[in-house]
Formats: sequence, structure tokens, C-alpha cells
Amino acid sequence: MAAPVISVRELRVGFGPADVLRGLTLDVRGGEILGVVGGSGAGKSVLLRAIIGLVPPRAGSIEVLGTKMVGATDAQKRAIERRWGVLFQQGALFSSLTALENVQFPMREYMQLSDRMLGEMAVAKLEMVGLKADDGHKMPSELSGGMTKRVALARALALDPDIVFLDEPTSGLDPISAAGFDQLIRTLQQTLGLTVFMVTHDQDSLSTVCDRIAALADGQVVALGTLEAMRANRHPWVEAYFKGRQSRRVAG
Amino acid sequence: MNGAPMLARVEAGGRIRLAATGAWTGAFSGEMELLLAGAQAMQGAAVIDASGIVALDTFGAWRLERLVRERARSGTKLSVEGLPPRFAALAANMARTNQTSALPPPRSPGLLSAIADVGQAVAGVGSDFVSFTNMLGAIGAAAGRMLLHPSKFRLTSAVHQLDRVGLQAVPIILLITLLIGGIIAQQGFFHFRRFGAEIYAVDMTGILVLREIGVLIVAIMVAGRSGSSYTAELGSMKMREEIDALSTMGFDPVEVLILPRIVALALALPILAFLGAMAALVGGGLMASAYGGMSPAAFIVRLREAISLTHFEVGMIKAPFMALAIGVVAAMEGLKVGGSAESLGLRTTASVVKSIFLVIVLDGVFAIFFASIGM
Repeated sequence: MAAPVISVRELRVGFGPADVLRGLTLDVRGGEILGVVGGSGAGKSVLLRAIIGLVPPRAGSIEVLGTKMVGATDAQKRAIERRWGVLFQQGALFSSLTALENVQFPMREYMQLSDRMLGEMAVAKLEMVGLKADDGHKMPSELSGGMTKRVALARALALDPDIVFLDEPTSGLDPISAAGFDQLIRTLQQTLGLTVFMVTHDQDSLSTVCDRIAALADGQVVALGTLEAMRANRHPWVEAYFKGRQSRRVAG
Repeated sequence: MNGAPMLARVEAGGRIRLAATGAWTGAFSGEMELLLAGAQAMQGAAVIDASGIVALDTFGAWRLERLVRERARSGTKLSVEGLPPRFAALAANMARTNQTSALPPPRSPGLLSAIADVGQAVAGVGSDFVSFTNMLGAIGAAAGRMLLHPSKFRLTSAVHQLDRVGLQAVPIILLITLLIGGIIAQQGFFHFRRFGAEIYAVDMTGILVLREIGVLIVAIMVAGRSGSSYTAELGSMKMREEIDALSTMGFDPVEVLILPRIVALALALPILAFLGAMAALVGGGLMASAYGGMSPAAFIVRLREAISLTHFEVGMIKAPFMALAIGVVAAMEGLKVGGSAESLGLRTTASVVKSIFLVIVLDGVFAIFFASIGM
């Protein structure tokens, strides 16, 4: 097994007096889709934000693509940031730029591309996430929820990243759009050889696209493994989550 | 790491092959651009041998795809052979993109759009007038309903706004008007001294401050300080659909959000204008003793001779009207905010610019009015 792409060790993150993450340890392997689940307030999003450097950790280490993110120089951090893409929960598209310009933005900043190439690549990325070239001239406020997520994914993929972080990618989508989005993530992951770190609540996503699942409770990873392993797990929260009514329905 | 991308011409058995090697990735965009230009010159080649490519991403795959398409369009067939299987899915994916012939052109710039901009600006003045009148009417109607049912008026909200636009503005208003009063007095002493008419500097300061400058400066300050914050608040509420939520619950946004703010502004501005005028007179007095060599007692005596209650009334009457203009413009611009952060900034700027313009126009209209009725 190759070295893990993301390696989190004994991570402590907190706000105010209490720690949200209490000594969390987790490895993400190259080329897998890891789904992170947990109750509200269990620290899923905090973990994601800590890995991508938006929340400073109190203790522990985070290693991404072989670089220790805590204590790295700005240049080292920027080199790593260039190799990941982030899909925020609300899309976080730049509201004053069109969809196409949103996708072009990171390319324009980080690469030397001719205007023609820039236009063609941005259209290509939009088409890869299932949008049409004409959609590129819409403003974010004119896009539907599903389209916003797709444009945000196209922007996350703009620089051909090695890792993609997805924060609840299917939340707010209808089941059919959500299934389509899951399929899209799976296809792109295979085509582009991505490693995907996905925070999700969607049982469909977990069962159809995730290679492994990490369950967070009490600020730690309490279970890690395939869906079958999760179903067999005896931890109270994991048991309740995977044996709830919703998951029985999904399992059929 | 992987080497730069290369494209070499190989002739074997009468066929010309282009051997592609190295990393065809976005990191080598510039190199690939040059190679592509060169490859177009390499006439006669029918095959790109891609077996030497060690790394390929969407950028490299698209370049190869584009090369193939350009050749196909000019009638000479070019095919990519020997691409390592791990890149096949990516290449196939890229081949499906950009199939619609050309990008839809961005809106045409130039003379026509410049003329269109002018036209829109002119039409905008008209529509601004309409929406100003509309907002004024909506506020008037809401105020009328409040008079019939005073218990429905949102007193808590109005008091809170009064604290924000009134009480919290006092220190900065006092400071600025004190300085302005001092400057006017200093200029008066400096220039009138040449005619030996220094004493009239006090007249000028008193009349100017009470009739015009005091209320004008304060109104402009309030437009910048409170008008802008009203627009930004209402605009971000509009953006986050809070105003829509209010309407669907059966509340009138004008009643709930706008009326308390305007009432607060209409109460605060006269108070601030009064405090500002007093501070400006104090500033003038300080300057008279420091620069003009006039004792405070002499300044007050001279001031009492120079000014009358009329001057004070003329200044004060204008204040609530200016407050109304500022509040209506701020509310109207706030509700025009669209979905983007940029439009919020644009509307806030427009709010401040328009309300300051309107305040000055109002001041002019009042000057003519008071002159004609002899005040």
C-alpha cells in the first residue's frame, strides 16, 4: 500500500474551552473515495476545514501529499493548495463572476494559458461536470442548486487536482440529482485518478460511491472501513446510524 | 519529476510519425503551446505516437484532441496511437467536450454599448424618480396605517435605530462640526482683517453655521454613515431572502424594516443638526479667542446681535426633510440589491451618492423658498 495521501495524527481542534476534535487519527489512501459521517456537531466539517487549513489545530499533525501542513512555509502551503480542490457546501461561487469565469479564475492565476486555451478548458471542465457551454455565461445567482454544485465542482477540478474535498456535495439536491451527482463524482474520480475526501450525510452516496467510510463521534474516528464493516460495527452511534430506518430503506 | 513534453518528427517506412514524450500536464502549458505551433508546421504527419507520454491531465489531453480536430478540419487526417491505457478514459472524456462549434461571443463592446450605456443612464434617472416616489408613497401609506393603529408601530426597533444613527453618531458629528466652525471663523478673521471688519467674522460664522453649513454637513455625514448602513443591511437581507420571508409571513417589509429606520433618522437628524450647529459655534468662538484675539464674552455679545431665531429656524426646518430624503434613497437602493456581492457594493455607493446629491438639491430649494418668503 502506497503512503497515505492525507495523514492526520492525534489532531486536536477546538473553539473556546472545549475541543471539538480530541486526538483524531485518520489516513486517506491515494485514489479512494472516503466518506466521513457523524452526528451534527461531531466535527466533520471542522476536520475538513482543519485539513484544508481554515482552522488552526491546537495539537497534532496533518500531512497532505507528504508535506506537514502545520508549520509549513507559505510557499509550501501554496504548492499543496494548488494540488487540491474544495467544493464548499453552498458552492461558494464568486457572485460577481460568471460560471465560466469562476472556473477560469484558478487557471488564470496559476497557469500560463492563452485566452483561447483558457476558454476551451473552462468549457471542457463545465462539460465534464455535465453542464452545457451556454450555461457558462450565467451568473451564480441565476443557477439552480444542482447547477451551482456542478459549477463549484468544475472550479474545484480546474487545476486537475490530486485531492478533492467535498463538503456535503448532495445536500439540498433532490434524490435524482443527488444520484446523478454521486455518479459524476465516481466517474470523474476514475477518469482523473482523484482522491476524494467527502463529508456527507447521504446514505445513498455512502453506499454507491464511497470506498471506505469513517464515522466520527466524540471528536474521534470510532469506526473506519467499508459499508459492510460499518453495518457490523457495534458502536452505539454507528449502529443507530447504519441500522436506522433510512438505511434499511436504501439497503432494500 | 517528469520531464517537459516533447514532440519529435520520426520518419520510418515512408510514414511520418510525431513521437510525443514527457509529461503533458498543465504545469507545462507554455511548452505545449509552442509544441502545438510547431506541430502545425510539421506537414505530412499522419500519426502521433503517444506511447512515450508519462503523465497526462485534462490540459494535455485537450491539446492533443485539439490538434487532431484542427487537422481534421483542414482535411489531413491525424490520429493518436499508442496512448497508455491508463489515460484512455481521460482522452475519451476530453474528446466529448467542446463539441458545439464556437463559444458564444461575450456581449459586444465598443461604440454601440457606450451609446447604450448613456441611454440606460438617462432612462435610469427617470426610473430612479419613479422608484423614489414609489418608496415615498409606500412609507407614507405605512405611516398612515401606523397613525390609525399606533400600537402596531415597532417602537423597540425604532429606539434601537435611534441609538445607532443618533446617539452613537454624536461624538464624530461634534468633532467634525467643531472643526468646520473653527475653520469658517478663522477664514473670516483672516480675510475681513484686511478691511478692518474683523467683527463681521462672527456674523458670518453664526449665520452660515445656523442657516446652511451646520445642517448640511450633518446631513452629509449621516448620509455617509447611516444611509450607507441602511442600504447594506436591507440589501443583504434582500440577498438572503429575509425580506421575502417577511412578506410570505404576511408582514409588510416597509412597515417592519423601513418605517422604524426612517422615523429614527427623522428624529436623529434634527437633534444632530442642533448639536452640530452648537459645536460649530463653539469652534468659531475658540478660534475667535485664539486667532482673532476676541474674548469669549465679546464673541457671545456680538453673536447675539448678529443672529436671530429665524436663522436657527431656517436651519432646523430643513433637517427632517433631508432625513426623509436620505432614508428613502437608502431604502430604495437597498431593495434593488440583486444576488451578487458586487451589486450590494454598487447599491451602497449609489445610495450615498444619490442621497448626498439630493440633500444639496433640497438645501438649494429651501434657500430659494426661504428667500422668497423673507425668512
